[in-house]
Amino acid sequence: MRKTDKEMAVAALESGTVIDHIPSEALFKCVKILRLADMPHKLTIGNNLDSGRLGKKGIIKVADTFFPESVLNRIALIAPTAVVNIIRDYQVAEKHPVTLPKQLRGIVRCGNPKCITNNEPMATIFESDANDSSLIRCHYCNHTIQPDKAEIL
Amino acid sequence: MNPNSLVSIDDLSKEQILQLLETARFFEEHPDHKILDGKVVATLFFEPSTRTRLSFETAVNRLGGRVIGFSDASTTSSSKGETLKDTIKMVSNYVDMIIMRHYLEGAARYATEVTETPVINAGDGANQHPSQTMLDLYSILKTQGTLDNLTITMVGDLKYGRTVHSLLMAMKYFKPTFRFVACDELRMPREYVDFCEKLGIPYEEHTDFSKEVIDSSDIIYMTRVQRERFSDIMEYERVKDLYTLRNSMLDTSRPNLRILHPLPRVNEIAYDVDENPKAYYFDQARNGLFARQALICRALGIDVRKLKE
Repeated sequence: MRKTDKEMAVAALESGTVIDHIPSEALFKCVKILRLADMPHKLTIGNNLDSGRLGKKGIIKVADTFFPESVLNRIALIAPTAVVNIIRDYQVAEKHPVTLPKQLRGIVRCGNPKCITNNEPMATIFESDANDSSLIRCHYCNHTIQPDKAEIL
Repeated sequence: MNPNSLVSIDDLSKEQILQLLETARFFEEHPDHKILDGKVVATLFFEPSTRTRLSFETAVNRLGGRVIGFSDASTTSSSKGETLKDTIKMVSNYVDMIIMRHYLEGAARYATEVTETPVINAGDGANQHPSQTMLDLYSILKTQGTLDNLTITMVGDLKYGRTVHSLLMAMKYFKPTFRFVACDELRMPREYVDFCEKLGIPYEEHTDFSKEVIDSSDIIYMTRVQRERFSDIMEYERVKDLYTLRNSMLDTSRPNLRILHPLPRVNEIAYDVDENPKAYYFDQARNGLFARQALICRALGIDVRKLKE
């Protein structure tokens, strides 16, 4: 695909959100985290597209939808390379990377079956691990998880 | 959440730990101070733990407070499907403080979040057990006269033993040197070894419980090696006696050496060690009373320094 076509594909949205540079293996988890299945708007999901940076990448386009930044940032958990484009009137109005929030609430299931969060009707909370920033740690039971292995709720 | 609740030893600063140890010492000298007169404390033991419960309940009684609670969740409405949140909110209406033991990990943190009543964690699954760590610290301080610059040897089940993990974390303020003695299956988990690396705490890992290790230790902290921790029973049979301490092994140890063990002990400390003045595990359990009296006062916001005046 020529570059201009790529730009066309993104710009073809009149208004909405494009999330680009998602690692292919993380794409469907991003779909889940953003709860796209429940969305009434026009939605395009592409995967295994060629990417200079990632080899293969995924892309999500949602028409007429602008997510709160705090929601978009949740995907940084599994897709730290993702780039968000806000489209208004066929133009990229804003473009920014995603950054992992300090606290992930109700996003990830704790992998410890003896954790209170798997036994009570309550939201899970995960935080970046103080000793190893590549891990997230359960706020309740201290179980650590590699983000790419996390089960999304 | 009540700021005086205590879930993990990590929630305490060095100053707070030292203050609590000073309070424990005060209660050892004055065990029957009736400062909880009129207070009601709940001991909610969703999992049986005789030693911890009796120690906490004795602490409340010696301080003049009253205790309500249960020692087995099967007799409570949690067996009817009541959530922990509802149980805690209900009990909070009746009492000034909750002491809770639960079989689920993270239960204590959650309990503190659903009530304004102070909660002390008396153990949540394999997660945290801060009152054990406080009594370990108090025992070390009492026997060595200081917490600083000690060589502490941890022996046995270093993988699953939460007491050694919490003690290791709490000692970070006091420039320790650690020895970890365990078989490969039960060695100290990576995250705690990394913790030492990161803070520049010297440590050595041994699979051999050798004379050299024993003779250069100030504290030997023994733990129980449990059969159910092994995936391979042959491996258990092979190592189960390698980490048993016998009296003869202490012949040339340092005079200040003390043997600690969170108890219950099975066969990792031979009975002939009990008569050795370096055996400290029963006194250690007694120190639990004073350490818990100190924790109870902190949870209720009672400043013991004022009592001394």
